[in-house]
Amino acid sequence: MQNVVIKTDKLTKKFGDFTATDAITFEVYEGEIFGFLGANGAGKTTAMRMLCGLSTPTSGEATIAGFDIYKDTEKIKANIGYMSQKFSLYEDLTVIENIRFFGGVYGLSDQEIKEKSDHLIDLLGLKEESKKLVGSLPLGWKQKLAFSVAIIHDPKIVFLDEPTGGVDPVTRRQFWDLIYEASNRGITIFVTTHYMDEAEYCNRISMMVDGEMKALDTPTNLKKTYNAASMDEVFFELARGAKRQAD
Amino acid sequence: MRTLLFLLRKEFKQIFRNKSLLPMIFAMPMIQLLVMPLAADYEIKNINISIVDHDRSPYSQQLISKITASGYFVLADFGDSFDAAFQQIEEEKSDLILEIPEGFERNLVRENREKLFIAVNAINGTKASLGGAYLNQIIQNYNAEVRLDWIDPYRYNPIPQIEVASSNWFNPFMNYRFFMVPGILVFLVTMVGAYMSALNIVKEKEIGTIEQINVTPIKKYQFILGKLIPFWIIGIIIFSIGLFFVARIVYGIVPMGSIFLLYGFLAIYLVALLGVGLLISTYSDTQQQAMSVAFFIMMIFLLMSGLFTPIESMPGWAKVIAYSNPVSYFIEVMRMVVLKGSGFQDISKYFLIMIGFAAFFNTWAILKYRKTS
Repeated sequence: MQNVVIKTDKLTKKFGDFTATDAITFEVYEGEIFGFLGANGAGKTTAMRMLCGLSTPTSGEATIAGFDIYKDTEKIKANIGYMSQKFSLYEDLTVIENIRFFGGVYGLSDQEIKEKSDHLIDLLGLKEESKKLVGSLPLGWKQKLAFSVAIIHDPKIVFLDEPTGGVDPVTRRQFWDLIYEASNRGITIFVTTHYMDEAEYCNRISMMVDGEMKALDTPTNLKKTYNAASMDEVFFELARGAKRQAD
Repeated sequence: MRTLLFLLRKEFKQIFRNKSLLPMIFAMPMIQLLVMPLAADYEIKNINISIVDHDRSPYSQQLISKITASGYFVLADFGDSFDAAFQQIEEEKSDLILEIPEGFERNLVRENREKLFIAVNAINGTKASLGGAYLNQIIQNYNAEVRLDWIDPYRYNPIPQIEVASSNWFNPFMNYRFFMVPGILVFLVTMVGAYMSALNIVKEKEIGTIEQINVTPIKKYQFILGKLIPFWIIGIIIFSIGLFFVARIVYGIVPMGSIFLLYGFLAIYLVALLGVGLLISTYSDTQQQAMSVAFFIMMIFLLMSGLFTPIESMPGWAKVIAYSNPVSYFIEVMRMVVLKGSGFQDISKYFLIMIGFAAFFNTWAILKYRKTS
């Protein structure tokens, strides 16, 4: 049996009358790539923000890396990485300055920061650009850098909120190489995406519809269950019942 | 502690890399300090006066030349019709009318008394009341001279008079700039400090980097200190440039009191002020909102601080606002220490009040700022 790193029980978030996330219950195992799918407005980002300790749930329970989502938010934060939908490195700092800053605030030693930044710049092929402002880099490079910074402290889990939105197919492929590399190092990946080819790369997939979790299984089993040829069809089959208007 | 160093390093890099912000921070206050005191001068000069002289006697001539020689008045019109003079006031060419009646000299000599008529255009209240007062004083002096000329002091029992001799302390030449420059310097430090700190934090909200900060183990106090310390230092630098370069070299103002006392007060004042900026930022989601709120608060801070108008002459409700305004206290302390040379005992009360402000605004802001929504 694999170790459970994320465990939720009827996790719910309401904004007034609106239930953004409705009693979702699931488990994520250590080292897996967990795909978190759903139409726009299905409640994915809300759920993810709760798991990261950015948003307090209305009701329900959850533990992240063994820490309680209500009481231990600060301990959770030391054990996770997060990459939001919005690009969120400092555009007015250089590549190397961003790496150093986030390494520093995660408590890495000077020696570790130096090793990490050398390694990252090498890995991402940013040697020429390391002293350039991040704002001047193309989007695909920024996203790869943001991912690398999000896992600079070797967290147990990394949460990726639509990390490849607006990125070309080649860069997306390279981005997934980075994800696999992180996964091989034992980091659990929790990723939302709208690209069904990316969904196929995941070990297991969950499907959110109108704030509820409608399905959770491996891509192969899902296709079998819904008698579909591709993940696209599975998505349409499930999302068709959605009452909420996509934005 | 180490985290704080990383935060500070990042802030300073960002501030010094911002090529449009940096000149605003340092050059703008200096230019304002050079320009504003020259214009913010309450001494009224060049009051336009229309004189209606029905007498046309040597005595009336003497009075008129005394008025025009005083330096405060410009003779806008001279004639013998009050209506014509009033026309001048209506056309905004004149601020005051002095009417000298017919038989002015005769009555003055024979009957030892005469009445003059002054009409004041009170649309500009300050100009009107000061102009009227200046004119009254000139006429009184003239009156005294005339009496000396004509009245034999031994024959008449002179009316006992109390003569008041006044001397101006702390600013003997009544130089308005001595009064305004320290106050304006306080205000410039205030503006830059509050705006910069409010906008900086909201900018992180706007571009989304604050999310990234909030998922790190950075402590709330570390983040806030990381934001406040850079602007605290910048505030002190602006104040120093203003005090040592502009005030001393351009206006020749050398503080009478202790420089250390001024800096001690400044240090606490900046903590209070940056707390206000922080508070604005926690209530705003965009830089535009923060700017509007900061502008509103700064206007009240400026106009109700005793910088331009004395707090003592405000109505009761306005005094309450003025005394709830940290800027008032710093302006008061600046004027006391710079002009009067007040020591710590004289301003210890203000120190306590300012520490109160600093604790109040910062506690409120820290309670309001949350890493988790």
